[in-house]
Amino acid sequence: MIEPTAQTKLDVLPSPPPLRNSRVNTLHRMFFDHLITGLAILSTVLVIAPLVSILLYLLYKGASSLNLAFFTHVPAPVGEAGGGMANSILGSGIILTLASAMGIPIGIAAGVYLAEYGRGSHLGNAVRFTADVLNGVPSIVMGLAIYALIVVRQGHFSALSGGVALGIMMIPTVTRTTEEMLMTVPHAIREAALGLGVPRWRSIISVSLRTASPGIITGCMLAFARVAGETAPLLFTAFGNQFWSANLNQPIGALPLQIFVYAISPYDEWHRLAWAGALVLIMLIMVSVTLVRVVAGRGILKGNQ
Amino acid sequence: MPQLVVNDPGLSADPGPLQEQPDSAVRQYLKKRSPGKFADGAFGVTMLLSACSIFLIVALIVFTLAHGSKLSIHAFGWKFFVTSAWDPVNGDFGALTFIFGTLATSLLALCISVPLAIGVAVFITEMCPARLRTPISFLTELLAAIPSVVYGLWALFILVPVMRDQLGPALAKLFGWTGLFSGDNFGLGILTASIILAIMILPVISSITRDVMRAVPVNQREGMLALGATRWEMIRTGVLRNARIGIVGAVILGLGRALGETMAVTMVIGNRPDIAKSLFAPGYTLASVVADDLYVSALIEIGLALFLVTIVVNAIARLLVWAVTRGTPSRVA
Repeated sequence: MIEPTAQTKLDVLPSPPPLRNSRVNTLHRMFFDHLITGLAILSTVLVIAPLVSILLYLLYKGASSLNLAFFTHVPAPVGEAGGGMANSILGSGIILTLASAMGIPIGIAAGVYLAEYGRGSHLGNAVRFTADVLNGVPSIVMGLAIYALIVVRQGHFSALSGGVALGIMMIPTVTRTTEEMLMTVPHAIREAALGLGVPRWRSIISVSLRTASPGIITGCMLAFARVAGETAPLLFTAFGNQFWSANLNQPIGALPLQIFVYAISPYDEWHRLAWAGALVLIMLIMVSVTLVRVVAGRGILKGNQ
Repeated sequence: MPQLVVNDPGLSADPGPLQEQPDSAVRQYLKKRSPGKFADGAFGVTMLLSACSIFLIVALIVFTLAHGSKLSIHAFGWKFFVTSAWDPVNGDFGALTFIFGTLATSLLALCISVPLAIGVAVFITEMCPARLRTPISFLTELLAAIPSVVYGLWALFILVPVMRDQLGPALAKLFGWTGLFSGDNFGLGILTASIILAIMILPVISSITRDVMRAVPVNQREGMLALGATRWEMIRTGVLRNARIGIVGAVILGLGRALGETMAVTMVIGNRPDIAKSLFAPGYTLASVVADDLYVSALIEIGLALFLVTIVVNAIARLLVWAVTRGTPSRVA
């Protein structure tokens, strides 16, 4: 038997795995690089495909069913052709006006508190966290809560309760955008205003808020667009109505509700109207958002030059 | 002697002549206009009250839900969450089918959308030519702006036929041996609901993943590339590994959104009592069933459970995202 030399002893020790052939290794790495690039492009295409499909079908099916009657008539009874969603459009307008009147002032004021008064304080952090919690509350739960709070007490569904539910849903979005926009206003501007002897409330309104106003308006429009399409909270609150109604204490129709009712109905005529309603809903959201952007860009709402 | 000191121009900044000077135009204007301390205090208090009204709203929601579900909690106790009866006629309620439906659709939706969302985020932040970056991110954000009832409409008339006639049979043929695709295929059901949910939560996950990836310092990327890494190796070890906590947060945030989504799911899950229902199936029937107290109370208890679960899920997600993006400027949606 031959005594193992130092060399063979070393070989017995666990050695590192043999290096792969460098050429194969490079090919392997290149292959993976290209594979992942391909997968990323594929996933982007897969994500955009449904969006394009939704928008195309909306235009195709919705536009072919739109006519004047859609905007001027109330829903027709089952079996009758024609009819429209005029009362639902009015109802959506009323509910959204109520919601904006409630959600936007409270939201902006809370945002002002967070950015101008409560920066870094414990109360400020608590408000910020609570706003995020409120933002995450599912819309159906908001509907249930308002149902238990207002509808059960009142004894009937009402436009008012729908407006309150949507208004509460607007608050967190408006608050957080207002705060973030006010944070971007430079301190020097505030100091200049205060240095001239302007009282604090005046400097907040005329300097901070005014400088940040384009961003705040965008935030309000985002919140508006988000609640404009909400259906779930309205099921328990505004409930829907097949007839004209502008009474805040009565059930009222809303565009998303009517789309939902028509979509799950078994009638082709109603499916057609549901597509038209969806197209109108999306157009209303986009038009109102663009309109406010344009007005904010030139009118009295304009903030920085 | 004191008079001498006061009048000494070397000690004080010569106040004498200044006092006699008339106020400047700005100061005169302000003295006339400014309502002073009272307005300042009132304004501050109004802002504080508005901020505190958010506490009030959340507290009111919790209280209302807790109060409203008292009847059902007393009647069923913990059994409510493990039984599957939903029988308004005999007054027997259990939430198990809804819990199962919600968990199944949400988790399946996450399985579908997480790889896609990360793929989109990687493409937009690391690979995309600068010209395409804005339009593509705009398009993915646009997905978030579509109301859920419109998603439901599209799913009901476009996706359901595809699932019934093309995708469904193909899946049954390929994976029939797993037993997951047995039974009749109407196109409605958990898989269709998961797909539509996946599309809806995708923009949430991908936009936050993008923020988190952007928070990774450029040095990391440059270092990896300088060592000879390919782009994928750079993304994997330099970017994704550093951003992983935030990406987990984004996924959990998407989960929170999926758990609470109602309308699109209601429209395509096929609310039949003999298959697993969504958590929200009874929401629609509420209007048609004579609303007796126990029924409403059971519904509200489900709402309370959903509320608590989403709060916990969202709080965890926010903390994780915050841990990564802290220090970088936040992006307004």
